[in-house]
Order: sequence, then C-alpha cells, then structure tokens
Amino acid sequence: MVAKFDLNDDSVVVIVGSGAGGGVLSNELAQKGVKVVTLEAGGRYLPEDYINDEWDSFGQLAWLDPRTTSGDWRVAKDFSGLPAWIVKAVGGTTIHWAGASLRFQEHEWKAASTYGPVPGANLLDWPIDSAEMAPWYDKAEEKLGVTRTGDRPGLPGNNNFKVLEKGAKAIGYKEVHTGRMAINSVERDDRNSCQQTGFCFQGCKWGAKWSAAYTEIPRGEATGNLEVRDHCHVTKINHNDKGQIVSVTYIDKEGKEQTQKARLVCVAGNTIESPRLLLNSASSMFPNGLANSSGQVGRNYMRHVTGSVYATFDKPVRMWRGTTMAGIVQDEARHDPSRGFVGGYELETLALGIPFMAAFLDPGSWGREFTTALDSYENMAGLWIVGEDMPQETNRVTLNTAVKDKFGLPVPDVHFSDHPNDVAMRKHAYAQGRKIYEAVGATRVLPTPPYPSTHNLGTNRMSEDPRLGVVNKWGQTHDISNLFISDGSQFTTGAAENPTLTIVALAIRQADHIASEIEKGAL
Amino acid sequence: MTQTIARQGMTRRQLLSRTVAAGAAAMVLGTGFIAAPDAAWAYETTKLKPETFATLVQMARDIYPHDRIPTENYVEAVKGYDSDDAAAEIEAGIAALDAAAQGAGFANYLDAGWEADRVKLLRGMEQSAFFQKIRGGLVTGLYNQKAVWPLFGYEGESFSKGGYINRGFDDINWL
Repeated sequence: MVAKFDLNDDSVVVIVGSGAGGGVLSNELAQKGVKVVTLEAGGRYLPEDYINDEWDSFGQLAWLDPRTTSGDWRVAKDFSGLPAWIVKAVGGTTIHWAGASLRFQEHEWKAASTYGPVPGANLLDWPIDSAEMAPWYDKAEEKLGVTRTGDRPGLPGNNNFKVLEKGAKAIGYKEVHTGRMAINSVERDDRNSCQQTGFCFQGCKWGAKWSAAYTEIPRGEATGNLEVRDHCHVTKINHNDKGQIVSVTYIDKEGKEQTQKARLVCVAGNTIESPRLLLNSASSMFPNGLANSSGQVGRNYMRHVTGSVYATFDKPVRMWRGTTMAGIVQDEARHDPSRGFVGGYELETLALGIPFMAAFLDPGSWGREFTTALDSYENMAGLWIVGEDMPQETNRVTLNTAVKDKFGLPVPDVHFSDHPNDVAMRKHAYAQGRKIYEAVGATRVLPTPPYPSTHNLGTNRMSEDPRLGVVNKWGQTHDISNLFISDGSQFTTGAAENPTLTIVALAIRQADHIASEIEKGAL
Repeated sequence: MTQTIARQGMTRRQLLSRTVAAGAAAMVLGTGFIAAPDAAWAYETTKLKPETFATLVQMARDIYPHDRIPTENYVEAVKGYDSDDAAAEIEAGIAALDAAAQGAGFANYLDAGWEADRVKLLRGMEQSAFFQKIRGGLVTGLYNQKAVWPLFGYEGESFSKGGYINRGFDDINWL
C-alpha cells in the first residue's frame, strides 16, 4: 500500500534525496503520519543487485553526472570530473558507506571557541551541542544498530585490523578497537550478521550493513504515507510572491518535466547537489539563489582531512578479506594544539581491491616504483585518515555556467584547497600511520593522497546568526520558513568523525521538529 | 571481429616461419599478425600497423611492468586502440615515440632493447596527451582484467562463496 500523491497535493512534504538525511527523514515523518513525497535522482538497487566488483559497482551506483573541479587539491588534477565518490540511487550513499558511526566529541560542537582564531578558517560554533544531541544520537545508534553501543557486541577483527591493532599498541596507542559500526555483529532488525565478505563500498549483499535503501525506504513506504519517486531529478524549487516555497520542478523517469506542489521542502541532495539546487533556483526575488541572504550557500565546503597509508610486509595480510573499515585508532582524535594543528583525526582500516588500488594508490604514477608496490598487494595493510578540516569561505560549490548537464543546467564546480592546518594534520597522520606499520615490521610504507570525497560537508551551514550561515538549529533556512536542509551540507564544522551518524541523528531530530510544527499549524 | 587467437590456428613452427620482424615482447608477422616469440599468443591487427601494435604492447609493459603478468594481458589491455576511432592517434603517438628513440640513437622504440633505455624515452614524453591516454587507459585496461588478479593474490568476488567468515578473514599467523 505504497502511497501515491497527486502533483497538486500541496499538503505533502517534499524531500529531495533519499540517503542518510533524506531517507531517514522520509521514514521518520511517514511513521509520524506526515505525508511525504521523496524525489530521488537515482534508481532502486537492493542487496541482490549489488555487485562484488569495484568498477562494475561503480558504474552501477556512482553519481557520474558531469561536475568540474578547481583549487589546488590533487583530486582536481587526477579526477577532474569526479570531485566526489558518492551514490546516485534510492538510499543514496548509505549503500556505499563503510558503516563507521562515531559521535562528535563535546568540544567539536564548539570549534570556534575551543580552537580560537585560526587565520583563513571560517570557524563557527554550532548552535547545538553535545547535550542537545545526546538523545538523538541514542536513537540514531539504535536505528543503525551500531556495534559497541547499547548491548551490541563489536565485530571480530580481520587481518587488516590485527596488523593495525598490533602496530598501534606497539607505539602506545590505547583506544584501538574494531569500531562502532552500523554493521550487524549479530542478526538484528531483520538483517543478517556480517559475513566478512569485503566489498562494503559496493553495497552489502547480506544487508548486514545498515542502508536506507532496504530499511528506511521500505518501512516508510509500508506506512502508506511515503511515496518515493525514483529517477526524478529536481531542477528547481519554486516560491510565491511572499517568498514561501510552493513546489518543486523535476524531470521524471520518462524525461518529462513535472511540478509537485508542497507544504514544505527538505533538501537532502548531498553537499554538492543541495547548494547547486538552491543556486539554480535563483529568481528575481532571490537573485543569488534561495536562502542565500548570508552569501554562505555553497561556501565552507569541507571534505575531511583524508589520505591513506598502505604498508607492505614480508608475509601475507590479505586486507581485502572481511569488513572494509574493520577497526580504528582514536587516540589522535583529541584536540591537542601541541601537535601543530587544531582538531584531531581518526585512523581507520581501509582496503581496496586491485582494480581500485591501481587507480588510487598514487594516481598518475607509473613505472617500477608503482608496480612493485602493487606486486606486494597480498602482503599489504592499509588505513584511512579522517580528520577535521577547516571550513574556508573560498572552498565552495558554485555554478559552472560554461558546462551544462543533460537538462541544460549549469553543473557544480567544486573548488577546494587545503588550509595550512589541514596540511599539518595530514603530515602528522601520515607519519603516525607509518610508525604504526613500521612497528610491526613493514618493509615499505606508502602515503596515498586523498581519494575523491566521500565526506562532503558544510555548504549550507547551520548558524545561530542568520548572517553567518544558511540554516538554524533545526536545519530550517533562515530566509524561508518552509525550506529545510537535511543532509551533511548543514554541518557547521566537520569534526574528526565520519559524518553519517550525525546526519542521521540530525534527520531524526528534524523530523520530530517538523512533525510537531505541522501539528501546531506552524508549518 | 578482432580477437586474440592465443594458442590456436598455428603451431609455433608455423608462426616462426612467417616472422619478418621481431620486437622485445612480440614478433611482427608478415601477414598482419603479431605473436609472442614462444607463440603463447598471437593477435591480428585490423586498423593499426602490426609494428605499431607491437610497440604499443611493449610501451604498455614498460609503463606498468609486472614481471609475472604475461604479455597477452598487455595485448588485451590495449587492443581496443586497434579501431577506426583510435588508429590515427595511436599511429601518430607511436611515430613520435619512435622518433624520440631515433633521437637517442636507436632505430625505433623496440630497438631499444633494455628496459632502462625505453623508460628513459617514456619519461621524456610522460606529460604528452598520448602517453597519458595510454597510461590512463591501462589503469582499467590492465588491472581490471580478472585474469591478472590471481597474480596479485587478489581473490575478487566473495559473496557467492559465503564471504570470508569461514575462509580466513582473520587467519594471519605471523604477527
């Protein structure tokens, strides 16, 4: 009894996007009796459709619409048309994510006041804090079934983790474990337990990893209050002469332009598409784009300080076996400026198959320096750095009017350059990663540059002061009361943690707020 | 349709008897075929000159040299360039490579018998669009061949085998 709503039904909430933000919001609102139409640009893929093959899966799931890049980040040179490695599908990037589910640390909600002035950084405290978010994190961890929270046991460690753990402990790290993961360590919530298959990035064929694609979406649809329209790409959000949102325009599965009326619109198209949609919706009343009186729409693009360290040994590791992100070192996540930078970083295991290792180990490199590293693939262990990067106004998503997508709309240009704090943090993290692996006998250690972004944050940031950000503490835009942002683009700062758990917690909290405001007649 | 005719059609003796030119990794046969010196594989070009294709194969190996990967996998990786769309660009690119080799005192690229000499020639042109096209194409053309994965120890798809939960996800024994 999946709902079907009329295009002229202006009582519905329209949600753009169905990932960690939009997918969770869709289900949460539907469960509360709110009528929802969710418009998703991608198609529907379920565990039986996912492919244990890196490039084939990439072709199936990745968001490959044209995009451009600029700035001095290496991605702009090596992957100029692919700033981000994210998913275009019902369920969004929750199909691809590795499952790491970490709460922000208390001080990370207050980056500006904790870190003090950082030249060139556009730091700001969030208008919410750790105490405010604690109950919503509880709900999010329960929803995702996060291991090592509640009564849920941790996952067993694979070979890649064991190498990391031994090396990390050898150099004195204490907070080393198999992570807090949205991957079932035991059967739970009608989903399998982890079978250590690998290919977490390609969609979990066991459904052991939480994804909105096979939890939130079907459960929301089962209420009869949610209609998800796939292959529907929203091109414009429309307002009336009072500046209130009235509808969205989209291109449907058949390529026909449609307009869906709405009581309010929640944008959750990821940190690149969400500001793009607001900017592409510019009108005579809002010539700089919707909700952009602050000028902050598209700015403060963050992607985390990332990078990988791969190490080879004289004996096999076979890191690809089992959970991709199989464990974590958290000792460096603290804020400790004596290290030469503000904020902190996590170290998490990561494994790539041979096809992606060849593409990402050292893009553009060739010759024996490169191929001898791959020759030791079987003996390789690896980790990924996830650290807090500095928001900078000049790191931003803009419209590239010189390049149009298939609908004739300007594509997003993603401009990014590292802040000196980012550079210092990455250098420190590379060195610590090297020490970890050398402590267990690595014969060679290689620093790998950041991959196309999987964590995309900050381009519609949350602020107390309407002049400094795009949305208030509910994700409601400062300028337009019936326009909300529901994805990672609301992040005021990025913290050191993988963002999905926080996106989910914010979406659950936002759904609660919207439903109660609707009930009160305020929305 | 163009295809690798590995281990079929001709005996080693027949292949060798038809050889008119030899490269480091491949022999060019007068009929439009190129083949491995030991006849492990052979390939019939349709759009590229066989000498050009043999040079391209050697170039591929010199860019991503893996001593345990047989040449037929490099052939597989670049045979898509033996097409109407790509032929002109490839002929021009290989001609430039041969010209660079001549500038260094060799008859052509394949005449530079030592890898170190060939790599030096490639370093001199690594910023060119042609080099980058070949290198970029190899990243998927070579490493996404399932046939080469076992040479790296990589096991590929695992879902159909039940994952690794009972097949060694935590079997490391030397730590």
